[in-house]
Amino acid sequence: MSGTKTLFDKIWQNHLVEVQDDGTCLLYIDRHLVHEVTSPQAFEGLANAGRKVRRPDLTLAVPDHNVPTTDRTARIESEEGRIQVETLQKNCKDFGVPMFDLQDIRQGIVHIIGPEQGFTLPGTTTVCGDSHTATHGAFGSLAFGIGTSEVEHVLATQTLLQSPLKNMRVTVEGALPNGCTAKDLVLAIIGKIGTAGGTGYVIEYAGKAIRDLTMEGRMTVCNMTIEAGARAGLVAPDETTFNYLMGRPMSPKAGAWEQAVEFWKTLPSDEGAFYDKEVTLDVSEIVPQVTWGTSPEDVAPITGTVPMPTSFKVDGKPEAAQASLDYMGLTAGMAITDITIDVVFIGSCTNGRIEDMRAAAEVAKGRKVAEGVRALVVPGSGLVKEQAEQEGLDQILLEAGFEWRDPGCSMCLAMNDDRVEPGQRCASTSNRNFKGRQGFGGRTHLVSPEMAAAAAVTGHLTDVRDL
Amino acid sequence: MQKFDKLTGVAAPMNMINVDTDMIIPKNFLKTIKRSGLGKNLFDEMRFDREGNENPDFVLNKPAYREAKIIVAGDNFGCGSSREHAPWALLDFGIRCVISTSFADIFYNNCFKNGILPIKVTKEQLDDLMDDAERGANATLSIDLESQTIQGPDGGEVKFEVDEFRKHLLLNGLDDIGLTLQKVDKVDSFEERQNASQPWLAGVAKV
Repeated sequence: MSGTKTLFDKIWQNHLVEVQDDGTCLLYIDRHLVHEVTSPQAFEGLANAGRKVRRPDLTLAVPDHNVPTTDRTARIESEEGRIQVETLQKNCKDFGVPMFDLQDIRQGIVHIIGPEQGFTLPGTTTVCGDSHTATHGAFGSLAFGIGTSEVEHVLATQTLLQSPLKNMRVTVEGALPNGCTAKDLVLAIIGKIGTAGGTGYVIEYAGKAIRDLTMEGRMTVCNMTIEAGARAGLVAPDETTFNYLMGRPMSPKAGAWEQAVEFWKTLPSDEGAFYDKEVTLDVSEIVPQVTWGTSPEDVAPITGTVPMPTSFKVDGKPEAAQASLDYMGLTAGMAITDITIDVVFIGSCTNGRIEDMRAAAEVAKGRKVAEGVRALVVPGSGLVKEQAEQEGLDQILLEAGFEWRDPGCSMCLAMNDDRVEPGQRCASTSNRNFKGRQGFGGRTHLVSPEMAAAAAVTGHLTDVRDL
Repeated sequence: MQKFDKLTGVAAPMNMINVDTDMIIPKNFLKTIKRSGLGKNLFDEMRFDREGNENPDFVLNKPAYREAKIIVAGDNFGCGSSREHAPWALLDFGIRCVISTSFADIFYNNCFKNGILPIKVTKEQLDDLMDDAERGANATLSIDLESQTIQGPDGGEVKFEVDEFRKHLLLNGLDDIGLTLQKVDKVDSFEERQNASQPWLAGVAKV
């Protein structure tokens, strides 16, 4: 049908400042999140050119990648890491950019605090120098990661030069079975379409299984969209979205709220809108998912076995799979549940929200972390931590032998002191199982918070439904 | 930005898929506040052992490829993290061009901002170029952005596609922030319109 538009089309067209003759678009940016690792060179560029930040009121900064998760008042041990955080503090002061500093209870992982504060809103464009910016798409915000040169461009102009993306719809039908979560759902999608399956596309998630998810579950799904190669994931805003946003510090206030909701209700894709690619998946039969290799597409059911590299038909994949198995120290054909675990990490922008803390505590309750296993729980923000403590989750986890930490990116990418040691194997709720991602020589198995907690108490990858 | 018009240099073969930006520049080198100096840690965990000794099997450590200016690699190059440190590290090492069948979107954009030309070719073309690159000291390719061609060591020619606007910026080494700032009137009027239709968007971020 002509004239019909997808959610992506609507947001894109609403943000066009200019379309050049060759089709390149100058796109307005409503929300810019900034952290310490990918911004220093951008601020330096501004300073060298004598430029200002155009819209500090649309910009929010927070240190997260390098921050210690033990004693928040202590100095950051690594000198370079400390300099990076101090540089962010100085840049925010010099350029008038609002920042949640280390001692602020609102500090946390950049993709946790945007939604938590109501900074992330439907129908907006959101960027950050971080690929997991895709998270914010859960609200129906066109949200994508950018490089540092683009960070500088947004700081200076509040716009970005972009070429239009293609529309892909992933329709997820069925009801998630017991023991399966949004994490299992998105791992199953990545397993199906591959890590380059979404390259060049925006993925709109639709279907009953998506509608049934909480906002936190939708964030987990959109967060990992980049692991399928798509820069952005989108979920159409609905009552779940509005209920989550109402009353948040930066959400529209009474009066404007009604007007905003009315506008947001016009955003969902029109009936009959065109998608360049469609994928459907029924999750009613899935079981908890685990990665066995060093690419997020290396997904297996917990009930399955480590695959034979020769079973892959895609060009280059048998070699890549064999290299993964060598690195991971696994043998093809072994049962996934026979894989023993040294470290458990529960946290990150993928699974560091309150529902994730509750899920981990639920499994940990009345159990003990297996001998020889080190298990970390790192809340995604100071406010998540505070709420978890009000609910007594910290006590449950501590009694079970988990460590209860301060918020930050932590062992997802090991830029602070939380890392997996060479040869150690980690069940992790984070988003990437790349070689060395969690520490040089470290081996990562991506799982849901429930599955991570289950691995912590048994010492091996475990089907949480069997506990 | 350094402009890119013609490039002749040794092409290093990396015959693997899904080369991610964590491989290109591991996280321990992201703690810098500068753009320069990352070349010595390009592909660090593949190039060196934990003691810092070179891994002789890694392509950029082989005598023929130490001065490589081009990388020829498998599908989905640059996937993962958005870190622009990846193209900064490539550039600092001396790599000005990467050839693959596909690139991750963010990495692809980041290359153009740094005077690096990422070239997409077909699977058949990649196989031929990979063969060329595997010839060691004779693995020289010549790239001409103006005519959008790659010349192989035997004189074979591959045509490639590139976005016109990006080509223009690269050929002239232009700073796109300066170009956008010339359009500030359009940004002003966009903001005026948006402020009228969605007044709840402005003025929110404060401490």
